[in-house]
Amino acid sequence: MKSVVNYFKEIYFGLRSLITGLRVTGHYITHPKEIITQQYPENRDTLKMFERFRGEVVLIHDEKNEHRCTGCSACEVACPNGTIEIIHKKVDVDGRKVKALDKFVYHLQMCTMCGLCIPACPTDAIKMANTFEHAVFDRSKLTKILNKPGSKIMDGIK
Amino acid sequence: MEETITTALESQEYFINMGPQHPSTHGVLRLVLSLDGEIIRKVEPHIGYIHRSIEKMCEHDSYQQIVHLTDRMDYLSCHINNEAVCLAVEMGLQVEIPERVKVIRTIIGELTRLSSHQLWWGVMGMDLGAITTFLYGFRDRELITDIFEETCGARLTMNYNVPGGLMFDIHPNFQKRTKDFVTYFKKKLPEYDDLLSNNVIFRERTIGIGKLSKEDAISFGVTGPTGRASGFSCDVRKHYPYSAYDRVQFKEILRTEGDCFARYQCRIAEMWESLSIIEQLIDNIPEGPFKAPTKAVIKLPKGEWYQKVETARGEFGVYIISEGQKSPYRLKFRSPGFSNLSALDHMARGCKIADLVAIMSTIDLVIPDIDR
Repeated sequence: MKSVVNYFKEIYFGLRSLITGLRVTGHYITHPKEIITQQYPENRDTLKMFERFRGEVVLIHDEKNEHRCTGCSACEVACPNGTIEIIHKKVDVDGRKVKALDKFVYHLQMCTMCGLCIPACPTDAIKMANTFEHAVFDRSKLTKILNKPGSKIMDGIK
Repeated sequence: MEETITTALESQEYFINMGPQHPSTHGVLRLVLSLDGEIIRKVEPHIGYIHRSIEKMCEHDSYQQIVHLTDRMDYLSCHINNEAVCLAVEMGLQVEIPERVKVIRTIIGELTRLSSHQLWWGVMGMDLGAITTFLYGFRDRELITDIFEETCGARLTMNYNVPGGLMFDIHPNFQKRTKDFVTYFKKKLPEYDDLLSNNVIFRERTIGIGKLSKEDAISFGVTGPTGRASGFSCDVRKHYPYSAYDRVQFKEILRTEGDCFARYQCRIAEMWESLSIIEQLIDNIPEGPFKAPTKAVIKLPKGEWYQKVETARGEFGVYIISEGQKSPYRLKFRSPGFSNLSALDHMARGCKIADLVAIMSTIDLVIPDIDR
């Protein structure tokens, strides 16, 4: 007799547990406002990332096409993966040969977005941009030269 | 060799490969199962498919650079891994860490634990055939990743710790967002019970499956919720408090059954504890600097240091041997996943293949953590 009661008890509690679960999912079917899905590619215009989000390294240029990078290679040393490569050139300043930035080469394919290069920079020349759509069709496109053509260093940055 | 073949033929035993690409292995783990019908006779894990030689890479990196490699090990408790390395380096440097850093590290560590358990809960349901839980788990986890994204700058591999403190101060919105999350998640956590814990199908598939006794848990070195479900009191936060765990009240969750359902319950209860830890600390973040002054090039003195922390999976240890250079002479990680995996064979013997999936789910394996 006891086993029969237990048998039906199990069926009752089993069914009740299933209904409790279905009630949760049913609640969300009838309350579509609580659904938080973002329609990603469609909402691209309104999508805003948080300001600290680390997407890729960019060299900051102002409206006069001037940057703050002196080519000191501190970021190159801080980078764990060899992502940043600074190529120097010699320029004449008051008759002296001085090292300056020729090319700021950035290998996005090797970057782990650890952000160690940003605090390493003594002149705050680089920052992390909020972009995140890095997919390209050709791997060579991931190697970027960050200083814009014709750009030069800001006055007074050493 | 010949003997094995003969016995295998006599007992109708056959071998089957589960993985390296299998949805329930959560990565690239290959299990060689020896089966008798559907009954598992032996499970032999073959690892190494995602080995990246992180320990060797550490020998060439500076101490600041090592931190970001630990993100790539147990990526679900990355902040706690970072913390372990930082604590070990700080121990070697003998720098005093500001109170503010300790509290922030603890809060973010507990948020990491919550997000890891939420993902585990969703994936566990999915492994057992219920895709609904996966979506619900990820819905709540999204709020935590938002907090991380705003404060740390990344959603998964955060790299927020640096030896000596934090990379930057918390975002002004951090406290409000975290409090909002705690109130929200307290309402949602009972839903988890409704959906899965009390579900009759789920209970049938987990209760009494994959038993691990306390003695076996200790001898295999099983830690974390997996070990605590067997009654092995191994919470590093409780026994060897680091950061701010010595000033918060929380219970160490212990179960004695040692089966899949006990491990499940252990993690659900840990989520409640994590919420309570966050609540105790979030209003009491002391003012002060977010970083202790350290040199740009950190050189540890000659010696060796070991620091262990409690990640979402168990005890994670960092052992540094320094020769006085700017990179360590040797660095060893004690990862919880590796020891927990070693007990899989013991737990799964005599079970069915479907039970093996449930057992693997409750161990909560993260394969990059095992391979390193």
